[in-house]
Amino acid sequence: MSAVDPAAPRRSWLARLWSFIVELWDVLRRPSSVFGLGVLVFAGFVAGIIFWGGFNTALEITNTEKFCTGCHEMRDNVFAELKSTVHFTNRSGVRASCPDCHVPHNWTDKIARKMQASKEVWGHLFGTIDTPEKFRDHRLELALREWARLKANDSLECRNCHSSESMDITKQSPRASVAHQRFLFTGDKTCIDCHKGIAHHLPDMKGVPGWQ
Amino acid sequence: MIGKPGIFVLLIALAAGSSSLLAQSLNSGLRGPTPLNEEGPAPPMTPMRNTSEKEVRNYPEQPPVIPHSIEGYQIDMNGNKCLSCHARARTGETQAPMVSITHFMDRDGQFLASVSPRRFFCTSCHVPQNVVKAPITNDFVDVDTLVSRAAPGGRR
Repeated sequence: MSAVDPAAPRRSWLARLWSFIVELWDVLRRPSSVFGLGVLVFAGFVAGIIFWGGFNTALEITNTEKFCTGCHEMRDNVFAELKSTVHFTNRSGVRASCPDCHVPHNWTDKIARKMQASKEVWGHLFGTIDTPEKFRDHRLELALREWARLKANDSLECRNCHSSESMDITKQSPRASVAHQRFLFTGDKTCIDCHKGIAHHLPDMKGVPGWQ
Repeated sequence: MIGKPGIFVLLIALAAGSSSLLAQSLNSGLRGPTPLNEEGPAPPMTPMRNTSEKEVRNYPEQPPVIPHSIEGYQIDMNGNKCLSCHARARTGETQAPMVSITHFMDRDGQFLASVSPRRFFCTSCHVPQNVVKAPITNDFVDVDTLVSRAAPGGRR
């Protein structure tokens, strides 16, 4: 490191950043001459807990109803629609909130979905659906994406709570009982094939299979 | 002309009549004991009949009632949940009765390929039934009963 020469022309910030990175790398690749190996290992362990815990805590904060409805796009459209459905209030007081259906529970899948969701941050910042009209125009596209996702994972987020194994068809209406035996138990269809629009209003269904 | 005693008698009669009217007209059997000018407690909600069994129509022109729950079924410009079972092309898979062919006819008597826009909103005529005890009796008789009653032993 040389002393700053006042006569030398001022370097660009990019060049200064680069020299800082080179200097940092030099420090990092040299073995420590001050701390013992045990101290370094223990400090790394503690730092690991803090960073990993912090990361997961932050991740879980983005996985709450409060966070999802923090944006008006969600609060005024889809969340308002959810409120009148059985997944929001019902006789037993169980609520499926946004991430229960829209974020996979398995860690790897969750991270994959969260990375996709960075596109949604972009959409929020640039106002892709920031008015009811724009939301309506994009509604079919958004719905098709969710339907495709649920179709591909065999309605995994539905089955996190509703499973065909624990389903007592004798407690169902005759109509539901027959339909589940014919289509669900045979593996012919998955939940989302029939149960579209159960938690939100439907987009224009023209051209969607099974709809008029 | 009526005299003073006549006016007195008339006043008494009016007072008696109006008081008895007031006493009897401010509540009604259908509403329970709450007076008409007050809002009583809402009656408890009753479950929807959900047997999926066809019900007999009371007269041939009656729109058949819906024998199952339709809670949350969307019927608007975006879609019609009823038709995802009752449309012609869907009945094979669902085994639901097809929407009547009369519903394919537009106002000029032309038959269309599917349900006419004026027949799109199913619940304008077809309604689900709730399990309730009727608050009043009904002496409606269907036409078969009426005809056989009119001509006992005769042609039905």
